[in-house]
Amino acid sequence: MNGAAEGAEQRLVTPGEVIGTSLDKRAGIGTLSQGERMIATRLGWVRENNDTISVDPINSRYTPRSGDLVIGVIEAVRNNLWFADVLGPFNGLLPMSLAPWKVEFGAARQFMDVGDVILARVQEVDESHSVVLTMKGVGLRKLKQGIMSSIPMNLVSKFKGENDSNLRTLSLASDCRIIIGENGRIWVDGDATGITMVRKVIELVKSEGHKNTFQQSLSEMIGNTPGGD
Amino acid sequence: MGGYGDVKLLNDDGTRLDGRAIDEMRPLTAEVGILPAADGSAIVTHGLNVAIAAVYGPVEAHPRKIQRQDRAVVDVRYNMAPFSTSDRIRPGYNRRSREISKVTAEALESVVLVERFPRAKISVEIEILAAEAGTRCAGITAASLALADAGIPMRDLMVGIASGKVNDIVVLDLDKAEDNYGQADLPVGILPTTGEIAFLQMDGDLSPEEYNTCMEYNFKAAKEIHQIMIDALKAKYNGGA
Repeated sequence: MNGAAEGAEQRLVTPGEVIGTSLDKRAGIGTLSQGERMIATRLGWVRENNDTISVDPINSRYTPRSGDLVIGVIEAVRNNLWFADVLGPFNGLLPMSLAPWKVEFGAARQFMDVGDVILARVQEVDESHSVVLTMKGVGLRKLKQGIMSSIPMNLVSKFKGENDSNLRTLSLASDCRIIIGENGRIWVDGDATGITMVRKVIELVKSEGHKNTFQQSLSEMIGNTPGGD
Repeated sequence: MGGYGDVKLLNDDGTRLDGRAIDEMRPLTAEVGILPAADGSAIVTHGLNVAIAAVYGPVEAHPRKIQRQDRAVVDVRYNMAPFSTSDRIRPGYNRRSREISKVTAEALESVVLVERFPRAKISVEIEILAAEAGTRCAGITAASLALADAGIPMRDLMVGIASGKVNDIVVLDLDKAEDNYGQADLPVGILPTTGEIAFLQMDGDLSPEEYNTCMEYNFKAAKEIHQIMIDALKAKYNGGA
């Protein structure tokens, strides 16, 4: 995903635009091969990786993939499972067997109710796009304090920076704990000044995240050169 | 239509009442990303028409009975604002808006990769703020821009454009007088890259030759509009790579 920012040539394409031949290239995400032609199916940046052409969409809804770390909001509770909104087309389903507690049948509501925020991982996505979440794993839990915000999911990698460098820098500069899910939801916990700082950065990502001057503006805002490589 | 054919709609020098050549389109502008709450949005002005389209989704389709297990459903709601014409339109659904919603939905379903989103629904809201003949075409153009803006995978952009016949002459892009007192109207939805037709209606009579001329004009205009659409989509992110 980070390749969208760098590279010598950045081509912005629109749906239907011919981006190459399908004879020597393979069609990746956001592309479609029609006979000999390869067309883009989304508005986005063309990315070539070895022999695969794909299009990184500029703007799109989150599509859950198994293994993704997501921040969800509980939308409904049944006797033995929860439904969580993960900003995707469908609610994620969290069965009580994958919750971090020993839950009696019918007691699900005592552990989590509508409106609670969870840090979870996508366990499984089936062919009809049903999403199963899990909270069994290191660090997966109910988020009890702090603030929640969100950015477009395609800017998540920009926010994190290369090898999470932006995230680390921001975390140090603001003295906050920051968690960002692949679905674009951000959770921040810290004191008021730190949270204000992170909020400003989130606004910056939303307004300038797609520009190649973003990294520079971010450094100016944090008042620090980003670490990492 | 019938009986109105003798209204004089062409000037003696061959131009039309508003001064356009017979194969000249009304000016068209487009802009995307105008509504912050929608996943994708666009505004298209085509002549005096103003169409706004908003796209929401894909989201889970409700009620469950409208879900398709193998693909998404595209739900279009075309509506004309009460103030969009000189006499006030009674607000709400009517026969005409239902028809246009239905044909637009069917056209859009053929360009959106609906099989990528089983059980989901993609809502497209088309609002006509000002009308001057050709609103369904402006609506289609706006809807396909809004879909692209929402990042929904599509085979191609779709262009809505119409030609017709007035005073036995084929003309491109009818205005209000030509639409009301002309002899025929042929709106089409064109996929400009492949040259496919996703939507076609005809009101009035055309001979095969006239039909071919209409189509020739429509495809020529579709190329122009397609470029305006591409520019509009790219303008939102201009310069910034």
